[in-house]
Amino acid sequence: MISLKKVNKSYRTGTHSLHVLKDVDLEIGQGEMVSIMGSSGSGKSTLLNIVGILDSYDSGDYHLNGTLVKNLTERKAAQFRNRTIGFVFQSFNLVGFKNAMENVALPLYYQNISRKKRNKIALEYLDKVGLKDWATHHPNELSGGQKQRVAIARALVTQPKLILADEPTGALDSKTSNEVMNLLQVINQDDITLVIVTHEHDIAQKTSRSIQLVDGQIDSDKILSHV
Amino acid sequence: MFDLEKWREIYDVFKANKLRTFLTSFSVSWGIFMLIILLGAGKGLRNGFEYDFRDDAINSVWLRPGQLSMPFRGMQSGRRIKFTNEDFDMIGRAYEEVDHITGRYAMWSVPVEYNNEVNTLNFRGVHPDHKFLENTEVTRGRYISNVDLQEVRKVAVIGIETKQALFGEKEALGEYITIFKIPFKVVGIFEDSGGRWENSMIYLPVTTAQKVFNAKNELNRIMFTTGDASNERVSTLVEDLRLQLSDRLLFDPSDERALHIHNNVQEFALFNSIFTGINAFVWIIGIMTLIAGVVGISNIMMITVKERTKEIGIRKALGATPNSITTMILMEAVVVTSIAGYTGLVLGVFGLEYLSSFTKDPGTFMNPGVDFGVAFSAAVLLVIFGTIAGLIPAMKASRVKPIVALRDE
Repeated sequence: MISLKKVNKSYRTGTHSLHVLKDVDLEIGQGEMVSIMGSSGSGKSTLLNIVGILDSYDSGDYHLNGTLVKNLTERKAAQFRNRTIGFVFQSFNLVGFKNAMENVALPLYYQNISRKKRNKIALEYLDKVGLKDWATHHPNELSGGQKQRVAIARALVTQPKLILADEPTGALDSKTSNEVMNLLQVINQDDITLVIVTHEHDIAQKTSRSIQLVDGQIDSDKILSHV
Repeated sequence: MFDLEKWREIYDVFKANKLRTFLTSFSVSWGIFMLIILLGAGKGLRNGFEYDFRDDAINSVWLRPGQLSMPFRGMQSGRRIKFTNEDFDMIGRAYEEVDHITGRYAMWSVPVEYNNEVNTLNFRGVHPDHKFLENTEVTRGRYISNVDLQEVRKVAVIGIETKQALFGEKEALGEYITIFKIPFKVVGIFEDSGGRWENSMIYLPVTTAQKVFNAKNELNRIMFTTGDASNERVSTLVEDLRLQLSDRLLFDPSDERALHIHNNVQEFALFNSIFTGINAFVWIIGIMTLIAGVVGISNIMMITVKERTKEIGIRKALGATPNSITTMILMEAVVVTSIAGYTGLVLGVFGLEYLSSFTKDPGTFMNPGVDFGVAFSAAVLLVIFGTIAGLIPAMKASRVKPIVALRDE
């Protein structure tokens, strides 16, 4: 599903160059649920951005679902993201002036699906995350956990093969964090690959494989056994 | 462009930002409103002036004798110039540009009587071509004819005001009126757009007037039209005519007060260029005002894009292409400008209607209004300006990087 070979990335800030990812090799198979851990500045978010085609890399090769992702035009990258990847963010990133249903339907807008049809699909996915009754509510009327579930429904609505979550529980209390992780586990059972960036061990424990990043390099890569 | 989904997106954005949308559009509405009002006012002014010209043929030259203000060939200053039938004949023969020519012998405040009732009115003894010079419209009967002149007939063509004053509702054609107790047969009734004064006139054959009122061969006006001759040709003609007449009537050609020449062709050309100038000026001011509005829109769109950086980042992460973002912002700008502009346009047209309700009387300002062509060009201008207003913000928006936009603060 995801294959990175000797991927390097550095950021230039003025005269200094910051080498964020150093020769990263990573293989993630279809249906895996992987957590990426590391302290801030370890390069975990950069790695996620490259995997999510939100950022480019300097050298190496990245294959996503068998396709080489390199030097794509913005348009190609956008279409690729839209069809293959779902995103979940720490701060939810819902559009404030759209209600829950419209937020979920937004990715389908960029697939030129009619309003009626995409709202219908959006409602189905809101139902899956248990928020059908909240469809016409705007984000500011929802709790943090509800917002994140709307965001998850939005990530799922295009039926992607891969979901990338950047600190999905970072803004939530432990109870709602658990609920969200349980939901992600359920999603993973439908053979959807999940990559979760986190710095919390509890969260990492809920995944089946944990990768530790230190200074832009993979420090450890453990398969976790579950109770 | 006719993608319903895009319109719904735009509608949602506007609904979410009602106040901002309103304030943004106001500046453009105001710009168009002012443009329409100014153009309409310019048009009203033009209409007023054109109305003043309606009475007389616009391609006419009017000659009026004056007094010598300087001695010439032994003639003393103060001597009055007199036109005669011979001068009239000379002008008609000498210039091929002249297509209608008439002399005039007029008297003011003469007693006119019908059925023992006396009115004080004015008459003009004229040639048949006079009706082209004054834009006289005969509504009943006929005008003065060449036969009337040759046979020195005692006939009269009267204005509708004269007819009303003398006859009231009674039939006037075929009746006899008297001027200084001399009877004239009414053969025609006319209307003139020159107002009450012109419509109170009585026209007589010039030969009859000269003979009956002892004027010999004197004329106190000669006027003629010049067909479609250019302003330059008419000016040359007028200069030549001044020289000819100075020789015949004995006055210094540089003596402005000896002979008054009123050249309508030149006046009309001047008038036209003034109004072309006013019109251009109004367009420039209007467009400048609009540009101020457009800069306002562009400015607010810039802020909007800044404010919506996050939203744009989300959209991009979810699969929006740079093109779709550019189109979205551009269309928002065009839609705001168009709707705002159209509102201003409609308000402007209503404003002009309101304005024109105060200017009923014909005068120097009447019937302000804009024609379809102007409204259409204003509409086209709006779409262009909307696009210009949206262009920079749209390009800025399309360059938003999702990872930057989505970075948690």
